[in-house]
Amino acid sequence: MNGKFWKYVPQNLELEAEEDLRNFLRYLLAHPTPGSAGATGTWRTLKPVIHVDKCVKCGMCWLYCPENVITWRPGEYPSIDYTYCKGCGVCSSVCPRGAIEMVVEGE
Amino acid sequence: MVRRVVLIGNHAVAEAVKMARVQVVAAYPITPQTIIVERIAEMVERGELNAKYIRVESEHSALAAVYGAAMGGARAFTATSSHGLLYMYEMLWWAAYSKAPIVMAVVTRTIGPPWNIHSDHHDILSVRDSGWIIAMAENVQEAFDLTLQAFRIGEDKRVLQPVMVGLDAFVLSHTAEPLELPEQSDVDAWLPPREPLPFVMEPGKPFAVGNVGPNEFTMELRWCVWRAMERAKRVIKEVDEEYRKIAGRSYGGLVERYRLEDAKYVVVAWGAWCGDMKEAVDILRSEGYPIGLLRIRFARPFPREELIEAASGAKAMLVMDRAVSMGMEGIFSMEVKSVVGGRVPVKNVVAGLGGVDVSYDEFVEIFRKFIDEYESGKYIDWTLPEWYMPWRGGSR
Repeated sequence: MNGKFWKYVPQNLELEAEEDLRNFLRYLLAHPTPGSAGATGTWRTLKPVIHVDKCVKCGMCWLYCPENVITWRPGEYPSIDYTYCKGCGVCSSVCPRGAIEMVVEGE
Repeated sequence: MVRRVVLIGNHAVAEAVKMARVQVVAAYPITPQTIIVERIAEMVERGELNAKYIRVESEHSALAAVYGAAMGGARAFTATSSHGLLYMYEMLWWAAYSKAPIVMAVVTRTIGPPWNIHSDHHDILSVRDSGWIIAMAENVQEAFDLTLQAFRIGEDKRVLQPVMVGLDAFVLSHTAEPLELPEQSDVDAWLPPREPLPFVMEPGKPFAVGNVGPNEFTMELRWCVWRAMERAKRVIKEVDEEYRKIAGRSYGGLVERYRLEDAKYVVVAWGAWCGDMKEAVDILRSEGYPIGLLRIRFARPFPREELIEAASGAKAMLVMDRAVSMGMEGIFSMEVKSVVGGRVPVKNVVAGLGGVDVSYDEFVEIFRKFIDEYESGKYIDWTLPEWYMPWRGGSR
């Protein structure tokens, strides 16, 4: 079946249910994948820049980042994936040492 | 072997929940439903039912909790009435369009104002477009049977939709009747543990349910549920028929046909008052009137084919409504007319709102008037519904 106009009269219940289940899972569930909404880094007007001389590796920016684009492990400096960072500035706001500066994009 | 017991409707539902080995229950009390979940709480406390019982602060949260439980793969149950059901309205849609096979008992109660705890069908019929399968019992035995059947229907992989089981406030919920319970071992074989369908959320395997997407995704989900509902018509009949193996009884699927074989006058209704209507049908039959009752068991999916079949041999139909759409007519009247439209004249009588009792002899009077009007050609006046309010004296 293919077309613009659809009616449904059940015939093979099992087969049609399987078909529906596949569609249903596709349309209802979203599995996390990097960048499922595209390269959202292009939305950015302000860019967070980490000044490692001030950073104490506390991980607050990693914890608070709403987009999960900051990578960090205990004892390491955080790093930001600029392909997907939207530049919201939450990391800069929560940094207890003022180590993340929001810089105007393109400057 | 069946066990014969005497139970009120609410306890019969609780017994069915226990026999279905429900795993998660969350509910908020509201008269006349409360004693269903009180009894389940006792069963859990005594260790008769191995279930997680979640106390919540509202009906919205109750349905959200069992929705989450169902998404986690559990067999889940809740119950409510009236205002509680309306408070769930938003979550009803989330559950139905996530295909969460929850079972919910709805002890039908009118909606305020004025405050009134008695039965009519405005609560359960006002949620008829939410994607739930919606059934209604006639007596305590059927309230038990439907609750068990609801798990089988909702969890069937050809359906996978939540199911509401309705029973009238007090007339069934608080009225003791004899009923037969099947063997637990038979129920276990007939209703095995839930399969992990349509999907199961597990820790460590994250995904989002119902995330924002292209608008076509919404329409595709509606189409999935539409198709599941169409299939449910066949599955409901099948489950009802198979139920006979463990219980020795079935009802006829989406509808029960009472003395319809040669009926020229067909009454359509659902719920507990159908018991009184059957008595009225018997009385009129003994007087020679060819009348029968088509009792609706499922409002969703709607018994389209069954109604067309009943209309094809009939001269006229009478729809008795215990719920009315203001500015239009009785809710079942609209639905019946939309299906049988043009085949036979259809009369609508609105009665019994707010729990007003209508006895079998009053049904005799109502049915006889309907037949007389048809035979004297007055059915051209049937475009307007008639409200039955005998305390006002005289009809206008």
